[in-house]
Amino acid sequence: MLRGLWRLTWLEIKIFVREPMGVIGTLGVPVGLFVIMSRLLRPGGRGAAPRVPAFVGTDLPIFAALLMATSGVLSLVAVIAIYREGGILKRLRATPVKPHTILTAHVIVKLVFTLATLALMVAAGRRYQIGPNAPLASFALAVLLSTLSVLSLGFLIASVVPTARFASPIASAVLYPMLGLSALFVPIDALPPALQRTAHVLPLTYAVSLLRGIWRGDAWSAHLQDVAALVAAFLILTALSAKVFRWE
Amino acid sequence: MTSAVVRASAIRKTYGRVVAVDDVSFDVQAGEIFGLIGPNGAGKTTTMECAEGLRRCDGGAISVLGLDPLRDRDTLQQRIGVQLQEAQLQKRITVWEAVSFWSSLYRTSVDGDRLLDQLGLREKRRAWFMTLSGGQKQRLFIALALINDPELVFLDELTTGLDPQARRAIWDLVRGIRQRGKTVFLTTHLMEEAERLCDRVAIIDHGRIVDIGTPAELVRRHCPERTVILETDETAAKPLRTIPQVTSIVVEGTRMTIRGTGDDFVTQIIHGLAEHRIRVADFRTEVPTLEDVFLRLTGHAIRD
Repeated sequence: MLRGLWRLTWLEIKIFVREPMGVIGTLGVPVGLFVIMSRLLRPGGRGAAPRVPAFVGTDLPIFAALLMATSGVLSLVAVIAIYREGGILKRLRATPVKPHTILTAHVIVKLVFTLATLALMVAAGRRYQIGPNAPLASFALAVLLSTLSVLSLGFLIASVVPTARFASPIASAVLYPMLGLSALFVPIDALPPALQRTAHVLPLTYAVSLLRGIWRGDAWSAHLQDVAALVAAFLILTALSAKVFRWE
Repeated sequence: MTSAVVRASAIRKTYGRVVAVDDVSFDVQAGEIFGLIGPNGAGKTTTMECAEGLRRCDGGAISVLGLDPLRDRDTLQQRIGVQLQEAQLQKRITVWEAVSFWSSLYRTSVDGDRLLDQLGLREKRRAWFMTLSGGQKQRLFIALALINDPELVFLDELTTGLDPQARRAIWDLVRGIRQRGKTVFLTTHLMEEAERLCDRVAIIDHGRIVDIGTPAELVRRHCPERTVILETDETAAKPLRTIPQVTSIVVEGTRMTIRGTGDDFVTQIIHGLAEHRIRVADFRTEVPTLEDVFLRLTGHAIRD
């Protein structure tokens, strides 16, 4: 049912861009934040402190990428919850469309918008001389892999949230602490032991390590562990959500 | 050789400790409008969803167009049309996008434009789903249920929440589906809808089928009493009392209510009026409805 998949994906993309708030949240917020922070923190800019340029040059793109991934997850969770509550999923299931086709279409939509956001950020980054030599294709691939892995966590959340009203708060409550523990802001070694152990099982930690490495120009072979962890997280979370997913 | 397109035998479905459907058996014949009628929570939707392949029943067997709804789901989906209770579409999908996406999912499909014309949705082609009225949404769902030219159409609580005018328009559409040689299996908790639309109905209450038949058969079987109401003077009562089918006569002023049973009860009253040259200012009969049948069979009104 590949034909159904592409048609549904295209349809969902069109439907998504018709909702202004969704587009602003997905594209506007990460790009806007990126631009604002770049302006404030760039060398010689207002508010620039001596140690800041390092953050702007290396971690700001990573931060923006993760922000993109999380906003993608939040919107995926919300969409699935709304579709379930409104009976849209059930109605689609009463057609020849395969259930996984419906869900795959939504994941592809989120990946497409992640890439679009990334492209906008790269364009904006050029203005502020951020990462002129960064390997963009590899970085984009790393962003997609990270997003996919985090999206599968979103799916698991979407599978179990009782109603659309709870979808976003629960997803935020899971994602933002994960972001905090991901070594982006605080090195993992500096965390208390219990939190260190937690950080090591969260996919975002590996996403940060991979994104940082690729942005620096590391070879993929240096990050096989990160890739393996992200793929494993994707497979486990997807299998879990396939088990517990509710259509209505 | 059988002409049953849906055959349910002793199906059963429980949710935890709640028995939603209990030992339900019925046949839906080709070319008829068959209604499963009963109050909300009686098990109508669960039964229908077992036939659509959306639910697995715990016991019994159900076959649809000779297929197993779960095992042969893919084949069956191509041949049936489904309208679900209280379904929604994406808020910002246009009518035309829905119709053309749906038609791309099936091996055969009818002309979407013609379908929208027939359902009076031509002007709404480019409208978002969220901007449609309740009646327009239901007509779109009928369009989606008919897009693959199905042999059998499932309609679950099709007119719930619609105003009487929109309801009547939908009834005409459903009759049109039957006219094109298709079979319609519907559920409703509106007895008037069942009475006007269905060739045969199954009354379901607390997950069990209470009786099956044409609306007229059910009325005759369970509520044989008829009532004649006359505007006349009270002296008329005396000769009418001698008619054997009459069971009671109540006189209130000039209004006389005569109750009786039997197919020729009304004929006998007319006969008696003519024979005794009784002058009447008004003559009206009251025939029990499915609503009365339901009350009689289940001991409670359907709106409970």
